[in-house]
Amino acid sequence: MSEKESEDVRIGVFVCSCGTNIGGLINVKEVAEYAKSLPNVVFTEDNLYTCSETGLTQIKNGIREHNLNRVVVASCTPRTHEPLFRDCVKDEGLNEYLFQFVNIRDQCTWVHMKHPKEAFEKAKEVIRMGVAKAAKLEALENIVVDATPTAIVIGGGVTGMTAALSLANQGFETHLVERDDKLGGQLNIINKLFPTGQDASELLGSLKKRVESNPNLTVYTSASVKNIEGFVGNFEIEVEQKGKSIDLTIGVIVVAVGASLLTPTGKFGYDGNIRITQYELEKKLKNNEVKAKDIVMIQCVGARNDERKYCSNVCCMTALKNALLIKEKNPQANITILFRDLYTPGTHYEEYYRRAREAGILFLSYKLEKEPIVEENNVKVFNEYIGEEMSIPYDLLVLSTPLIANSDNKELAQMLKVPLEENKFFLEAHVKLRPMDFATDGIFICGAAKWPVDLTESITQGYAAAGRASTIISHDTIEVEGATSFLPEYNKNLCTGCEICITVCPYKAISKNENDEIEITQVLCKGCGVCGATCTSHAIIIRHFTDEQILSEIYAFGGI
Amino acid sequence: MSFEPKILGFLCNWCSYAGADLAGVSRMQYPPNIRVIRVMCSGRIDPKFIVEALRVGADGVIVLGCHLGDCHYLEGNYEAEKKFDMVKKFLKLIDFDNRVRLDWVSASEGARYASMITEFTDHIKTLGPSPAGGDNPDDEILEELKAIEEAAGSDRMRALVGRERKITEQENVYGETVSLDKFNEIFDLAIKDEYNRHRILGLLEKESKSVKDLAKELKIDSSIVLEHMITLKSRGQVDFGELLGITPTFHKL
Repeated sequence: MSEKESEDVRIGVFVCSCGTNIGGLINVKEVAEYAKSLPNVVFTEDNLYTCSETGLTQIKNGIREHNLNRVVVASCTPRTHEPLFRDCVKDEGLNEYLFQFVNIRDQCTWVHMKHPKEAFEKAKEVIRMGVAKAAKLEALENIVVDATPTAIVIGGGVTGMTAALSLANQGFETHLVERDDKLGGQLNIINKLFPTGQDASELLGSLKKRVESNPNLTVYTSASVKNIEGFVGNFEIEVEQKGKSIDLTIGVIVVAVGASLLTPTGKFGYDGNIRITQYELEKKLKNNEVKAKDIVMIQCVGARNDERKYCSNVCCMTALKNALLIKEKNPQANITILFRDLYTPGTHYEEYYRRAREAGILFLSYKLEKEPIVEENNVKVFNEYIGEEMSIPYDLLVLSTPLIANSDNKELAQMLKVPLEENKFFLEAHVKLRPMDFATDGIFICGAAKWPVDLTESITQGYAAAGRASTIISHDTIEVEGATSFLPEYNKNLCTGCEICITVCPYKAISKNENDEIEITQVLCKGCGVCGATCTSHAIIIRHFTDEQILSEIYAFGGI
Repeated sequence: MSFEPKILGFLCNWCSYAGADLAGVSRMQYPPNIRVIRVMCSGRIDPKFIVEALRVGADGVIVLGCHLGDCHYLEGNYEAEKKFDMVKKFLKLIDFDNRVRLDWVSASEGARYASMITEFTDHIKTLGPSPAGGDNPDDEILEELKAIEEAAGSDRMRALVGRERKITEQENVYGETVSLDKFNEIFDLAIKDEYNRHRILGLLEKESKSVKDLAKELKIDSSIVLEHMITLKSRGQVDFGELLGITPTFHKL
């Protein structure tokens, strides 16, 4: 414990306005003023953005000028900004665990917009609770563990191959696991790439060659991950390949399992023959099998509706690409694209759309409430512009269906101990601040496993995830949270040896040593706190969430 | 003025707290009555936290974790459920079980969180203010809550709760599995016994009392009180005090 921390408790409270996100609803100056009246608080300040360079400097100045030994920031959420503020206080020589976060935005001003008075009172109360906990905080040291400089990439599509290559090229021993019998994923289906018109097989071929010839890269096809144990830097992973089990010790995990294709069974007369999906059209185009004269494409089939709310991101461009390819081959072909909204963002894609218009492809919009009706040889669609129903003949109907989450995502998510979002895609730690990370240390996410992305984005994300992953395994050691469970020397006599803590610990971090004493292996502990809440003799302490600290919040809640 | 309940929420960092944040990011509105304490896992919620919150005047307490099967720490929420069930059984004895709730919210369920908090706040509003809260809390209720907190914190109850999953789902040290029904029978009896024993200890804190006096105050049969006294004596929690005529009194150790 440094000198600063052993002195009397001196708390500084910084109240963030977050532009108008907080300050627009409640008076942050008054909140900061109120915080001054709380026990142990010696300094308060309000900031426009506490997370900005100016805000962080204000915290540092506060610590220096007012000799603060605890810092409370009342702003957004610890889930995104705690690391930033912890680093900030650390820079100023304060132990990072002497920082306390109070959430007055995500769980206050944003959700009580019609109740400014109540939100103001709530902000003050949660700050009172945070200050009470801050007063009881103790300095902790992080635990340092060895990191195995190896990586596993789950999924051998273009995203996974890119990530694996990037890691292998940096010199890390990399393992690439693909459940199919060949690498490439969806790229195997695709004919040409938009917007360049290049053959997909060209790109895939060159990528495969580089993957297969890289000495640092081991590829396992027809293989899947069966079990994952351990923690960042030290995962024990069981891979099963054709009934054979392979055990790997891995430092970091990259999830690149991609997405699946939706087959629109029972929709718009889908029959896989003359009424097909865009992906089946890709195959036909590849084999030069498209002879049709009248082609109608329907966009958003099974997407952006009540069942599946999201936009699949790639279907507009796919439709434009395939329509143009047909038109190039056969300028006489009549092509109509029925769409709800056409998304062609960016410079390249909008240009592509213009080319399609110039080539004479027709675009007609329809509404979700008035979906086109597919008949034997015609599609009936209500034309919004002329206010009349039109009948468009076809000899080939192409349905643009969305990419959907893999059906076995849940299984993998449970093994990895990471969350899925409502559409069963993988959920990153934070969409803006930590887009390639999972909340769990050492596991990363990229590509269509997260949401539908096109090829460019898949490759970009593959590189990004590899970059994030290498920040861990490029070091010999890694620091892990010091907020673990703990059996202090002075509590050892309380322990009755009932061993219940051993049975409830999910990480096998608790054991009995040769002297028949309970021992906690700190590095295995993830700090869940179950053992502390279970311990029959109240002997185990959960660091950073001690009984005393939580009770102090409860008392402050009760106004005591 | 309409009744505005004080509600305390215990949220796990990974799912329910993230779900609550998502409600915010999505600007979903819910009543401003809830105050939140963040813990890493719902399994961290010591039974005493819930009872203590009621003792300091919470009108309602809600504990939220990840959905069963989705716990960031594998099975912490199952442990949370066992602990919560115990607290709820104790609170049922004083008709307080309606004021506490355990539920699950995932990181992607902002809407679920918002509607859950709205519904729980409405529910507590219908129940009205807690007799243990406000400016003039009911002393008797506070004593009851104290007895419950101590009973729930006793090594016997903690051992039962801590072992429940192992001995009902796997097996005990003798290789036997205890059926859930059998376990509940033992458990429910333990709840009642420990509740009364800790009420007795509470009464003896102030002054020595005879079995008869205790039975009268607690409105339970004196033969049952006597059995409890024997147990408490053997545990070293009470001892004989002075004799009142031929009636022995007990005091707390």
